[in-house]
Amino acid sequence: MSASKRVFEMTLEIITFLAMFAALYAIFLYAPVEQTMGIVQKIFYIHLPAAFLAFLGFFITFIASILYLYKRDLKWDAAAFCSAEIGVIFCTIVLITGPIWAKPIWNVWWTWDPRLTTTLILWFVYIAYLMLRGVVKEHQRANFSAVFGIIGFVNVPITFLAIRLWRSIHPVLITSRGINISTPMKHTLALTFLAFCLLFFCLLKSRIRLEKMRMDTGMLSALVEEKFYSK
Amino acid sequence: MVELQKQEYIIEVRGLVKKFGFKSALRKVDLFLKKGDCLALFGPNGAGKTTLIQTLCSLMRPTAGEVVIAGFDTRYDREALHNIIGVIAHDTFLYDNLTAAENLYFYGRMYHVKRLNEKIKELINLVGLNAYVNDQVQTFSRGMQQRLAVARAIIHDPAILFLDEPYTGLDQQGIEDLKQLLMKFRNQGKTIILTSHDLSRGLELCNQAAILNAGVLIYQEDIANIKKDDFKQLYLKLTGEKKWPVQAPLLASSKNSRRSCGKISYPS
Amino acid sequence: MCLFAFLVLIIFSFAFGTGLKSFKGIIPGILWVAFIFSGLLGLSRSFGVERDKGTLPGLLLCPVSPWEIFLAKMIGTFIFTVIMEIFTLLVFTILYNQNFLPFLLPLGLVILLGTLGFSIIGTIFSAMSSTTSTRDVMLSILVFPIYVPVIIAAVKATGLILDGTSIQTIYAWLKILVAFDLVFLLLAYLTFGFIMEE
Repeated sequence: MSASKRVFEMTLEIITFLAMFAALYAIFLYAPVEQTMGIVQKIFYIHLPAAFLAFLGFFITFIASILYLYKRDLKWDAAAFCSAEIGVIFCTIVLITGPIWAKPIWNVWWTWDPRLTTTLILWFVYIAYLMLRGVVKEHQRANFSAVFGIIGFVNVPITFLAIRLWRSIHPVLITSRGINISTPMKHTLALTFLAFCLLFFCLLKSRIRLEKMRMDTGMLSALVEEKFYSK
Repeated sequence: MVELQKQEYIIEVRGLVKKFGFKSALRKVDLFLKKGDCLALFGPNGAGKTTLIQTLCSLMRPTAGEVVIAGFDTRYDREALHNIIGVIAHDTFLYDNLTAAENLYFYGRMYHVKRLNEKIKELINLVGLNAYVNDQVQTFSRGMQQRLAVARAIIHDPAILFLDEPYTGLDQQGIEDLKQLLMKFRNQGKTIILTSHDLSRGLELCNQAAILNAGVLIYQEDIANIKKDDFKQLYLKLTGEKKWPVQAPLLASSKNSRRSCGKISYPS
Repeated sequence: MCLFAFLVLIIFSFAFGTGLKSFKGIIPGILWVAFIFSGLLGLSRSFGVERDKGTLPGLLLCPVSPWEIFLAKMIGTFIFTVIMEIFTLLVFTILYNQNFLPFLLPLGLVILLGTLGFSIIGTIFSAMSSTTSTRDVMLSILVFPIYVPVIIAAVKATGLILDGTSIQTIYAWLKILVAFDLVFLLLAYLTFGFIMEE
């Protein structure tokens, strides 16, 4: 890797580190405690960006899958894979932080709200995506996972619509009403959003670098084998 | 010039590379065959013979390079291509819960064969399975299945035949029958590529011989220029050393033949 | 497949006991669970047989496009699944004394649309999972999350039909089923060639 690229990455990492700290500071010391929900509301600053980034991760997988099938370049397959992996991590964060917040506020851990349910289904889809990559033969892996990456993402809006329709037929007991957000809260949210986005791209970049290294070592060992042949 | 090239060769393989993961099965294979050519492809186990055949008949997609058969690129014109090629592979591609006739009927319908029933009778006769027409394929011996596989492969009267170890499992009579059949096809002007371990069988049938080793086509020669008695020595020498790229003397030996028949691959 | 569906219905009657007669709301659920689990059984054979016997290359060598192979396989799965579902409905009628005859038309429509979606995604995933060693497990893991909208729509619509409501109330559900079928038919057309590649 070129030196300038490395410098760029280091800078990105340092900025992310600082931003994360700033976000922590903002969440716990700068933002005021919400009046009705109390301290537990602060988990929203993590929950919301994580949810956004999970969707972003899956969206990148979708785009990279299309690009792979179009260009047949394995780097797009690697990008789709790495993005799906990070997406699953953020999705898991969403699914863990959600119930922690919901229990004291809604008095239940889980509710079959369209957004919650869609997120859960999405989590299952991409776990399946990662599992599929694990079991198929190497020369078919890229094709299969790209097709599944596309199908999985296209399915999201249909699932969301179906679930929303499904819930609206039952009496709606719980609505996620808008929270009164004061200005410091808005600032905090913006900052955590930024920090999480930086974290996401940092993770994605290093994960792709790792994947590239793995591919390079595979290529090298194949080359060594060929040299062995030609001896 | 380009037009001429197209007219001249019915099978054109240019810089064909096939990789499984990071392992190369074929490394820049170039192969050119004219209409009516019959190529015997030799090579030790794992040399890439089957991979080459499967890539030629479009079952595998090349990692790099291109295969053009009768003007059809194997990546894009698959359906048109499939009408003119017949393939006999390790697997017989037969449904073993169907009878011999049903198998042929199924494949005949898939290829839109006209006057299918007569064709099936004729083929069954040709491969000598008259007594077993209505028996399920799973009761067949390996040799009988192979005979039926031959009938299946030629049901649509293909102009080009790919045969991957066609003699496997056949008895002496079967080998003789298949040889006669292939001779007939050759005389009809069909183009044939045949892989085999058995040097003498390949040589007596074909007008060209090629040796594939470690994914590289290291030798291609018109059969007229080969001394059959020395060929075995040459084959063992070439394949035993597991050597590539090709040594200079070898290329020199086939220099004059390059104009008359196919080309030699130069490993990069 | 039919036998399996029969068994599922029997198991349900043991599981719920007499409660089933008093609570009609779970009938659509039972029906669709029986449909899906039995359908999955047939689905794994769709491409599994071809891979096991090594006949898939022979099929691919025929002058047909992957899309035509997909359509053939999908229609085959569809027909067998529908036969199984008709059988299941008959058994259900006898076992639980539930008369489906008055609702046959709308119910049939919902079942056909739901089964079509099932056959479409099932055929795609059957082609994928048949190459793996953990074939059946992988197939379920792939199919279920994607199939969620159809399950919801089909179960809900079936429930509404059995309640005797008019066709207008299930209109929204039918739209979801149709959308699902069309979207994935299109996706199968675009992507099935990649799955058939070696």
